Amino acid sequence: MSLPGDQTTYSGPPPPVRRIVVSEEPTIVEPPRLDPSAPAAAVTGAPLTRRSDSLPASAIVERMRTENLRLYYGDNEAVKGVSLPVCRGEVLALIGPSGCGKTTLLRSLNRLTELTATARREGQIFLDNEDVDRIEVTQLRRRVSMVFQQPNPFPMSIFDNVAYALREGANRKPRKSALMEPVRQALDRAGLLAEVESNLDHPALRLSGGQQQRLCIARSLAAQPEVLLLDEPCSALDPKSTETIEQLIVKLRSEVAVVIVTHNLQQARRIADKVGFMYLGDLVEFGDGEQLFSNPREARTADYVAGSFG
Amino acid sequence: MSASLTGGRTSAVESSRTWPLIDRIMLAFCWIAGITACVIAFAIVAFMAYKGLEFLRPNLFVERPNATFDQSKSGGFLDPLIGTILLTTMGTLVAIPASVAVAIWLTEYGRPFGLARAVESAVEIIAGTPSIVLAIFGLIIFQQEVFGFLSFRAEGGSVFGRSFFTAALMMSLIALPLIVGATREGLQAIPSHVREASYALGKSKWATIQRVLLPSVRPAIGTGTVLGMGRIAGDTAIVVVLLGASLQIQGYGDIPGLDILRGNGGTLTSYTYVNSPAGEGAAPDKAYAAAFVLLMISIGLNLFVSRLARSGKSASAAATR
Repeated sequence: MSLPGDQTTYSGPPPPVRRIVVSEEPTIVEPPRLDPSAPAAAVTGAPLTRRSDSLPASAIVERMRTENLRLYYGDNEAVKGVSLPVCRGEVLALIGPSGCGKTTLLRSLNRLTELTATARREGQIFLDNEDVDRIEVTQLRRRVSMVFQQPNPFPMSIFDNVAYALREGANRKPRKSALMEPVRQALDRAGLLAEVESNLDHPALRLSGGQQQRLCIARSLAAQPEVLLLDEPCSALDPKSTETIEQLIVKLRSEVAVVIVTHNLQQARRIADKVGFMYLGDLVEFGDGEQLFSNPREARTADYVAGSFG
Repeated sequence: MSASLTGGRTSAVESSRTWPLIDRIMLAFCWIAGITACVIAFAIVAFMAYKGLEFLRPNLFVERPNATFDQSKSGGFLDPLIGTILLTTMGTLVAIPASVAVAIWLTEYGRPFGLARAVESAVEIIAGTPSIVLAIFGLIIFQQEVFGFLSFRAEGGSVFGRSFFTAALMMSLIALPLIVGATREGLQAIPSHVREASYALGKSKWATIQRVLLPSVRPAIGTGTVLGMGRIAGDTAIVVVLLGASLQIQGYGDIPGLDILRGNGGTLTSYTYVNSPAGEGAAPDKAYAAAFVLLMISIGLNLFVSRLARSGKSASAAATR
């Protein structure tokens, strides 16, 4: 595969792939040579520092608790007897490989799993020591709110997205003037107010992905929930938006109990105070974030966590 | 270097010269079929424009038609034009709420499963029923005593069954499957996490449908509606059987407005049919003019649909990004 005329413009070895010639031997491309002694962080370029220090123990209050929680899809047991506390003042991260039951567990906390026809639940979930089954479901979801993987603003204005959460049911009242203050507060808590202040009437779907996700967080915060559930909130976002949202989560934990499901272990390490590692429906290990990552007790945790550091 | 590289590549344009004969014949057939479709469509529009514009006069739009062989006295097609507009509007007004309700029930509820399948089949059957069959069926139904208030009583006291009301009700069935289909597609395109986001704010299913789902599918409902309007405006069988296909609108009763809705009339389709050589052939010139107006209405509605669909697509693309 020699190409006449190449020598004048290009002196190195020929680029490996030009065209596919079936009869010839394929050109094997050498993998990039890495220095094995270099630290993993140098390869990924991501700092593995925490966003902030833990809050004092006095600021930590248990808000939710699951007791021997089991969830089934048909005959398939997705969550196998998990007991877990959820506290205000801490960010709880659930980590684990895909299909290990993290999201199912998260969705059961505000009874969203009940929307799945085949799903069944055993065991108990408490919100401030009250069984969630005894709380009327729309009331429960106002208290335990959720943000999803894909930013999903509703097809209405920025203002109305937040106001929708504040109004009862499908009502269009209270009127806009009466809701301006709480809407602005919610946008401010989500760190979005400065960017959208002058165009609250614009359609929410015109915002960027990161802004949309912060709008979804603002919407969830508007009704003053006690617990905020986040299902991989940054997986569809760019690094800059991710950083903004991580800082936001860390700031919110003093007012709201935060549970986050994430596949990004570095993210969990940056923001989580407590980490639960799930594997095939079991809660394998639960503990302080730093301890779980640097000194895991279980071999399965060690294997999984090690995978992320190269 | 680039010259030597492109010289080594095969041409980007594939040639069929090396293909087997049968493949080349098939290819030629595809070309011919596509071009023929274009030619036919163009021929229809061109012929109707030629014939229609030749006889189209502004006064045709404002003069009432008269039954006479004297072309100078047979008037225009004001009544059929009003008939078309009235019937399309009434049929659509009935069809939209019914169709949206069916689509919402099918997509958002749809339990028990057997009933949902039955409703789906019912909509398909309605879509597949020829409009003449719908018309005859409607006539039997609306001639029953209970539906007497929708039309009027003929001499001797039996219910006549033919009126704008009864024709519009049957016309709504023509539009229904189109609106149901478009609305269902729109609803199915909304990702489930959007619904869940609303539930997660403590909203009921009904509140979610009202404030989140229906606003999202508004372009889809619009598309289905305009398609349905085109079908209603273009239908003849129901007009002939259930509206009387009279030249002029004839009201019955004393209440202004209601008398027209309970009375008989015709539309541009029945006017074209009756006046064309296929019907009584009284005024072929005016039939061409009316046919041209009808064609313009349906082409206009179709263009409107594609514009709606485009704007709807960009809106839903933004929603699912």
